[in-house]
This record gives sequence, C-alpha cells and structure tokens, in this order.
Amino acid sequence: MDTTMKELPSKPINKKARLIHWLIALVTVAIVVWSCTGINFGGIKATAGQIAGAIFSGIFHPDWSYVYNGSGEDLISQLWQTLCIAFLGTFISAIISLPFAFGAAHTKHKKWYTSRIGKIVLAIIRSFPEIVLALMFIKAVGPGSAAGVLALGFHSVGMLAKLFSEAIENLEDGPNDAIRAVGGSKIHVIMFSILPNLMPALISNTLYRFDVSVRSASILGLVGAGGIGYPLIIALQYRQWNRVGVILLGIIAMVVVIDWISGMIRKKLV
Amino acid sequence: MTDDSLTQLPKKRFKIINLIWLIVLIAGLFISINVTNTHISVLLENFSQFSDIFVQMANPDWSYFPTVIPLLLETIKMAVLGTIIGSALAFVYSLLIARNIIKNKLVTGVLRFIMNIIRTIPDLLLGAIFVAIVGIGPVAGILALSVFTFGVVVKLFYEAIETIDPGPIEAMTAVGANKLQIICFAILPQVMTYFISYSLYAFEINVRASTVLGYIGAGGIGLYLQQTLQVFDYAKTGTIILVIIVVVVLIDYISSKSREALMK
Repeated sequence: MDTTMKELPSKPINKKARLIHWLIALVTVAIVVWSCTGINFGGIKATAGQIAGAIFSGIFHPDWSYVYNGSGEDLISQLWQTLCIAFLGTFISAIISLPFAFGAAHTKHKKWYTSRIGKIVLAIIRSFPEIVLALMFIKAVGPGSAAGVLALGFHSVGMLAKLFSEAIENLEDGPNDAIRAVGGSKIHVIMFSILPNLMPALISNTLYRFDVSVRSASILGLVGAGGIGYPLIIALQYRQWNRVGVILLGIIAMVVVIDWISGMIRKKLV
Repeated sequence: MTDDSLTQLPKKRFKIINLIWLIVLIAGLFISINVTNTHISVLLENFSQFSDIFVQMANPDWSYFPTVIPLLLETIKMAVLGTIIGSALAFVYSLLIARNIIKNKLVTGVLRFIMNIIRTIPDLLLGAIFVAIVGIGPVAGILALSVFTFGVVVKLFYEAIETIDPGPIEAMTAVGANKLQIICFAILPQVMTYFISYSLYAFEINVRASTVLGYIGAGGIGLYLQQTLQVFDYAKTGTIILVIIVVVVLIDYISSKSREALMK
C-alpha cells in the first residue's frame, strides 16, 4: 500500500496577516523609492577612484616616521591623548549617570511618571549631537582635549544611564526583602543587596561605553576637541595619503586592542 | 557562638585583585586628567559662556524652520539608502562568514578579519574619508552610512545565524538539498525576523549619525548646523537641534515599537 505523501499539504492561509505583510512591503518599497528621488548622484568627483586608490596605497605604505618623533604631535601621543579623553569622559559620565539611572528606572515603588520623565530626558540627551556639545564646551574651556572630555562626559550620560536603569529594573526584589525582613535599614538594603547585585552590570556597561567612547573621542578632533581626529582631517585636507594611512591604522589598532581587553574583562564579570 | 558574633556582619575576604583594579583606576584618572588638562575650575569659571549659548539655543528662531525642512528630508533619505545598501551587503556577507554554512575555517577567518577592521572605523571618520574621495554632498554620506551599517548588521546577523537550530539544516542535507536550498528553506526562515530587526536598529543609529554627517560636508542637515555655528547664530542652531531631537526620538520610537512587534 502506498501511504507516502506525494505532495505536502497546502499551508493554512491567514488572509489578514498576508495583507499586513504586503502592506508593510509596499510601504518599505515606497520609502526606498522616495529616498532615491532628489539626491544628486551625479556629483561624484571624477578623481574619486584615483583618491580611493591613493588612500588604499597609503594604508599599505604608511608614513612610519609619523608614528613617534618625540614632538608630542606624533601618532602615539595623539592616540594616548584620545584614550585619556575617552577614559576621563567615561568616568565622569558613569558618576553622573548613577542618580539619573535610579530616577529613570521603572520599579514598583515609584510613580510611573517619574521614570517616564527620566527616560524622556535621557532620550533627549542621547539625541543632542555630540559635536555641537563639543563646540559649546570649546566656547567655555577653549579648544583642546578638555572640551572633548566634557562633551563625552555629558553625552555618554544619555546612553549609560539608560543601560544602568535597565540593569536596575532587572534586579530581583528577593535580596531586598530578605534584608528588610531581618530589620535592615534602607542604607543596609542599598549596601548589601542592591550594590553587590548591581555592580557587575554597572562595570560591564561602563566598559562597553568606554569602547564606544574611544571611537567617539577619535572623531571629536574633527571639530578641534582634541585627540587623533584633528591630525587626520588635516592630513586629508593636505592630501598626505601616507599619513592618512598611518593614522587610520593607528585608530584601527587602538580600537581593536581596547575592544579585546574590555571584552575579556566583561566576559569574566558576567 | 556568642550573641556578639551574631550581631556582627560576616567579614568579606580581602582580594588583592580588587586593590590592583582600584589602583589602576585611580592612576588612570590622574594620568588622564593630566594629559587632557581638564580642570573643573576652568569650566566653572567660564560656565556663564556655556550657559549663555544654551539659553540662546533654548530660544529657537522658528522663522528658520521652513529652511531646514528640505535638508532634513535629505538627511532621512540618506539614512534610508545607507541602511538599505549596508544591510543588503551585510546579508550576503553574513552568510559567507557563518561557520554553520561555510565550513572552511580559512575563508571565514579572513572574511571575519576584514569585517572586524571595517567595524572599528567610527561613522564620522568614514564620512570624512568619503568626502575626500567622492567630494562634498549626500553621496559621501550615503556611502559612509552604508559601510557603517554593514559593520553593525553583519556582526549581529552572523551571530544570529550561528545560533539557529541545526535540525532543519541536517534534515535538508539528509534529503540531498544543495547549499542554496539549505539557505532558503532551513536558515532564512529562522533568521529573517532577526535580520529585519537588526536593520531597523541600524536605521535608528543611522538617523542619529546622518544628522551630524553634514557638518563635515557629507550631506544632510548637519550643513546648516555648521553654517549657523560658524556665525554664532545660536538661535538658529537651537531650531536645528530641536528638529533633530524630535525626528530622532520619533523614529527611535516607531522603530523600537516595530522591532518589539516583530520579535513577539
């Protein structure tokens, strides 16, 4: 007896879901088509290929003399400055973030509007362009890495406090209740239940933000807020492709090493 | 046990590694304060200048609003195109570096190395490089965003591919399917929602990034940001920033809601 099925049974059709899928697809296509209109694709410089090739060959023939020459304007000291900007910026933002995070965390013991307002404030801080913030600080403290540190420090709060507040929301109530049950005060609850449970997440998030900050710090120099971005934009403007190459290599190496170290530490923490 | 010992807290074991971390942290703090020459006193002294700019920005010049709209639309267009191009490239590339599809360790290793290098370059740097290559204009921005999106999506997506259930792949292999059929019928149905979700996530980042790309000449609203800041017209800058914040928050909200709906 032949009991094998020759054909698969047809799939059940969900008309409503299908309609919604088609609608979403249609809207997406419409948005993409709209995006293609009105953008001038013809404005590409004729020398584009040549310059791209020059940058590539610059990466493979970097200007090694720029790596270290002891003047304080070389690659190593600029990268070191970039790292320091990222480190201090992250440190400042971690400290500012803590009170923000407790305010924005949506826990049971709070009115819903406090956490909602906190979240909106953080979203606004996140959306405030970092470069504009850097320019504002340049006005206040003058051009240089200090402006970069402050800009990073304030801008990072938006993201870091959001991550922190999510960590706080994920805490369990058990340990708090246990400490309260044996007669612990509010300070005891924070000291022995909240902080020990929160610490790994806080450190891990801060390290992650440090990764991001290193990248940010390397572009803040484009507006004159210190770090490796400034020599890069100068080299691009003066068409010193070998120098562009060595700076790019330096940034890539720095980011890879920092990512690797912080990844190792974070793996150990969690 | 005496009553006295019960009222005492248990002693924590002292760990030398914690002390080392603390020393590293404090040393790093002092070194970086020194290198960057950051002193809070300078900020406090000149804080009036900072707050002055802020006050001017808080009184936006609404007559400037209609001028901003065309470049705002261009910014969103750049973000859309950058996301589409970058995600499409990332889609193909992820299939090539997932170890459960391509078994050859050498191929995936080399391709992953290239991906990791592309991922390290920050968005504005890409913008600056592409402006140098193709010239000032939105095309540089689109290219920069594409490369940036590629880096974001490829990492998330290939990890999603590698964590899928191997059952369907084995079943397809057992009935003699080729690579393309395996990808279409065993892998894609499992990861498609992730791909869309990651692309939307990249779109959120791109909208944010595209608003400042214009500052270095890569098209979009950032151009006006640079122009108004150059002439210290902070009221107009305030208008632009407000518009940027509204658009970014709005798109973030829509995109994160649709991602939630998708992952349900």
